[in-house]
Amino acid sequence: MYKNQEILDYTVGAKNRPADDYAWPADDHLIPDWVYTSQSVYEREMERIFKGRSWNFVALEAEIPNPGDYKRSYVGPVPVVVSRADDGSIHVFENRCAHRGAEFCRSSRGHAKEFVCPYHQWSYDLKGNLQGIPFKRGVNKQGGMPREFRNEDHGLLKLRVTTRHGVVFASYSADVEPLEEYLTPEILKDFDVVFPGKPLRILGYYKNELPCNWKMYHENLKDPYHATLLHSFLVVFGLLVAGNDSAMIADPVHHRHGTMASAKKEDKYAAVSEENKKEMRSFHDGMRLQDDRFLEFVKEFDSPWSVTMQTIWPNLVVQREMNTLGVRQIVPNGPHSMLMIWTMFGYEDDTPEMTRHRLRQGNLMGPAGFLGLEDNEAMKFVQEGVRRSSLDTNVVKLDAGNVGTATSLISEAAIRGMYRYYREVMGWEKA
Amino acid sequence: MMTLQLSGYAPSRVDARRAAELRPLVEHFNIEYCAVLDSGHIEEWPRFFAEDCIYRITARENAELDMPVGLVYAEGRPMLHDRAVAISRTQMFAPRTMTHLLSAPRIVGEEGQEIWAQCNYVLLQTLVEGPTTLHLAGTYHDRFVRDGDELLLRERQVIHESSVIANDLVYPV
Repeated sequence: MYKNQEILDYTVGAKNRPADDYAWPADDHLIPDWVYTSQSVYEREMERIFKGRSWNFVALEAEIPNPGDYKRSYVGPVPVVVSRADDGSIHVFENRCAHRGAEFCRSSRGHAKEFVCPYHQWSYDLKGNLQGIPFKRGVNKQGGMPREFRNEDHGLLKLRVTTRHGVVFASYSADVEPLEEYLTPEILKDFDVVFPGKPLRILGYYKNELPCNWKMYHENLKDPYHATLLHSFLVVFGLLVAGNDSAMIADPVHHRHGTMASAKKEDKYAAVSEENKKEMRSFHDGMRLQDDRFLEFVKEFDSPWSVTMQTIWPNLVVQREMNTLGVRQIVPNGPHSMLMIWTMFGYEDDTPEMTRHRLRQGNLMGPAGFLGLEDNEAMKFVQEGVRRSSLDTNVVKLDAGNVGTATSLISEAAIRGMYRYYREVMGWEKA
Repeated sequence: MMTLQLSGYAPSRVDARRAAELRPLVEHFNIEYCAVLDSGHIEEWPRFFAEDCIYRITARENAELDMPVGLVYAEGRPMLHDRAVAISRTQMFAPRTMTHLLSAPRIVGEEGQEIWAQCNYVLLQTLVEGPTTLHLAGTYHDRFVRDGDELLLRERQVIHESSVIANDLVYPV
């Protein structure tokens, strides 16, 4: 639906087989290319992960503050509506009329008393219950629904909903653990720094399509190795250099969530040792900004970290890049594509100058951000590389033997942790 | 102070005769501005702006909701300079060329030394072994200030219609 126009749109046959034809590599330090390229694997992910025992981010409460407010959203690739009912409760249901399947809600957001499918005007209340069917009893005692038709059997498909400090999650699973347990205390700690429960102010949206597999986005934020190498901006201006205080924290239960954290030095610009300089091709000595206001870090949080990038399985990234805050929702779109929906925000009690500071610092992130665009380019290169090439495994051997949380930036332990969990959920035996 | 109206419709505040006098100035400016971008001379781009300028690129959705966020959000020419240098010298991205197609500018108003105008644009992107794609389309909402016989941008709000951006936006628009 949103795919870029492409000329070369080919996947090597061996990388697009049925999921049951594959076995996982015996060595945990390898990732097979087919996890990024097989349509069959992708479909199993949608069933077992996004529709499985998981909590999926769908909205911020600040987007739907009043009864009747709603927004379109997604769980996995499935379009849903997030709505606030008259009693203030939040409801999530599939954006598909129970009658003939029309995706009835067409606006990104809005305010409604009820939802009416435009095709035959079946109407649903703000909780997704079927309210009315035109001509339910027919005309002149002819036609109409059978006697035994019951509205309550034909509502919209509803999901479970939970919230924490203004963040709304939904699940298809009847037995997924409570959100706090799902996230684990290790992940909640930094989540609650961004979302302490004080009111948010939405600053706006970005949307982009990344022509890469959805898991790559998680991996990229569980890969502290790339940050000091790909992102010259971080390196040049000392926002993150090898040697800064940093951590790659994985949740200790499943390693599926992560927090990549770092603490900026007091100086605006980095001091990089001669030894480290030689390792970093992207380092540009002596580069200075004409206007470095946007590198300023206003210490507004009770946290040792100036940056935390959280990956919350399976579809959320919580961004705290100094003072620029946002959530990114991952919408998988086939094995080779994903949508990313960014909601940028500050807090209700921000001064106008603080809001402008957040906006200026926003130049680091997003589809045109100094860091954001490089990530997007790199992941596109990887997807194109794995689809069309002869080699068929990714090598993730940094910090070998360690799985999950890493103390060094030069580590792929968090990526290996995520894939250990992924393999179990997806049900592959090791070769 | 009046601010640019980024959504909805308001009639032009100048008559046809005055608009006809101002339009060639604005049109000349826009053509040169896009010629610099399309030729890849990104570090020349900030010179089209006044020192205390505003430059923002944002989706129509944000403009209609009156949301302030920008894909690019710059206050002052030094920030534009920093972005231009970062893109041309330090950033990693696949090689590409960009082509802007512009409509005739619409003269919206004349406020003291300022000319307020709009112009629709289509931005095409071409990647190596990729098709030329419609990357962005939308409207410039501008405040120009006179600088001798020339104009400079005091504010350019680049509103884009395209709601989902293909991967990223590397160069200024």
